[in-house]
Amino acid sequence: MRREPPRNLADYAPLAFPALMLTVFFVVPFSIMIAVSFFRRDPAGFYTPDFVVDNYARFLSVFFGGVLGFSLVLAVLVAACCVAIAFPFTFLLTRCSRRVQTVWLVCLLSVLSLSEVIIGFAWSTLFSRTAGITNLLVAAGLMEAPQALLPGFGAVLTGMVYQALPYTVLVLYPALVRLDPTLLEAARTLGASPTRAFLNVVVPALRNTIVATLIMVFVFALGSYLLPQILGRPQHWTLSVLITDQAIYQSNMPFAAAMAVFLVLITLALVGLMLMVGRKESAA
Amino acid sequence: MMATLSRRVYFTLIALFLAAPLLIVLGVSVNEKQDLSFPPKGFSLSWYGQIFLDPAWRNALVASVLLALAAAALAVAIALPLAWFLWRRIAPWANVFQALGLAPFILPPVITALGFLSFWATAGFYGQAWTAAISHAIFFVTLPLVTLSLGFASIDRSLVEAAATMGADDRIVLRTVVLPLILPYIVSGYAFAFVLSLNEYIIAYMTVGFTMETLPIKIFNALRYGYTPTMAAVSVFFVAVAAMVFGLIARFGDIRRLLGAMTSEKN
Repeated sequence: MRREPPRNLADYAPLAFPALMLTVFFVVPFSIMIAVSFFRRDPAGFYTPDFVVDNYARFLSVFFGGVLGFSLVLAVLVAACCVAIAFPFTFLLTRCSRRVQTVWLVCLLSVLSLSEVIIGFAWSTLFSRTAGITNLLVAAGLMEAPQALLPGFGAVLTGMVYQALPYTVLVLYPALVRLDPTLLEAARTLGASPTRAFLNVVVPALRNTIVATLIMVFVFALGSYLLPQILGRPQHWTLSVLITDQAIYQSNMPFAAAMAVFLVLITLALVGLMLMVGRKESAA
Repeated sequence: MMATLSRRVYFTLIALFLAAPLLIVLGVSVNEKQDLSFPPKGFSLSWYGQIFLDPAWRNALVASVLLALAAAALAVAIALPLAWFLWRRIAPWANVFQALGLAPFILPPVITALGFLSFWATAGFYGQAWTAAISHAIFFVTLPLVTLSLGFASIDRSLVEAAATMGADDRIVLRTVVLPLILPYIVSGYAFAFVLSLNEYIIAYMTVGFTMETLPIKIFNALRYGYTPTMAAVSVFFVAVAAMVFGLIARFGDIRRLLGAMTSEKN
């Protein structure tokens, strides 16, 4: 049976339920959120309908600028670390046997599916004084006394790289597994060492994939909302944490919504950029 | 020789990085007394028993499992007809719904969560348990949608053609040819959505956080008031469930293909 255009209304029937659900429960909530970002805060309840731009005007404060700057720098660092670690790893993984690949993919998916709560709790335990990694160093005679490694920027960065690393590998995997093996064989036949062949052939061939992955991991890292709270100090809070904080604890929905709209715009701009990079690659 | 050795070292380091926090949690979960220490003092599995015996933890477990079962089922119910329609028909504008199905997964989760919070608050259902199930279903619809699209793409159209030539109409083709072929992808899409819903925090928290405790919410709330080894036990339990589900998918399906390797006969 070939694909054919729908001829009558009945042909559209399968689309009805998905279209209804996605419209009512995704498009409508999204629109309400945009509307709320222009509403006025109501200290007694959620908000009162209005049209004010105060919520957006608050972006101009030094405090907000600081949080935004920190979120972006942190996400860039996480993306850079993850791609730097994951790219050679994924490349080597795709050259392994099917069995080895499957085992690794199962482990990576298991870590990726873990709740941020659990990742935060696990790392806060590993960095703690009483149960942390430093106890092992003390036992090995490398340190005098155990010490706490959190809260701090290093702990936040480590936790976020841990969270994003499996994601990075899984984003890179399809591109690397489909990489033409003859490219590498040619380089090797011409006398390049494996490292040289990797750096001079594989990396340039997948330049656009690397850029697109950097952007995807960056967006993923922007969404981290619990790790900065569990592993960091208030100055390590990101935009996502601030949105949650405003919505739940300060019950300032309009301001939270305005920040969320802003975050959507950043994300969409980046996703658009990524699609453009991807299109260039498939055209080439 | 050198290359193999350095690859081994590199793989071991990454494995160590991924496993380290989980191993420490495994260690503290078997402490005999209620304190956070590693290496563990004494050995006891009683904290695992607490998950099922302590009413607060048990309720959270039941709430999480019910939520994940319902949300994953609804997500598949939305994704299946959509993926089928996109495979069966040429209707470019219908891709809008595919984009809508992918969007919640690409946007930072806080945004979707806030959207649901404002929606349920406006609609007057804020805090009801079923709102979390719908919210999770929409949030995770991406997973069955992607696995099912892959599944439909893998169907050999000549099989369908043959059935149609022999007089089968759309309904019979769907039941006797398409559904049996697509079943593994339905199962894995359901499993992915189930595991992720079980672990999801922010959307559950923003929709039903004040009326119902799921396990991730319970762990986070407990974390703020100090430490109990039960959290460590629950975390180990979650890792085990995820590893088991994905292990089963890998055992009975082709996980490499699901994750984007085009051919399965390579290597």
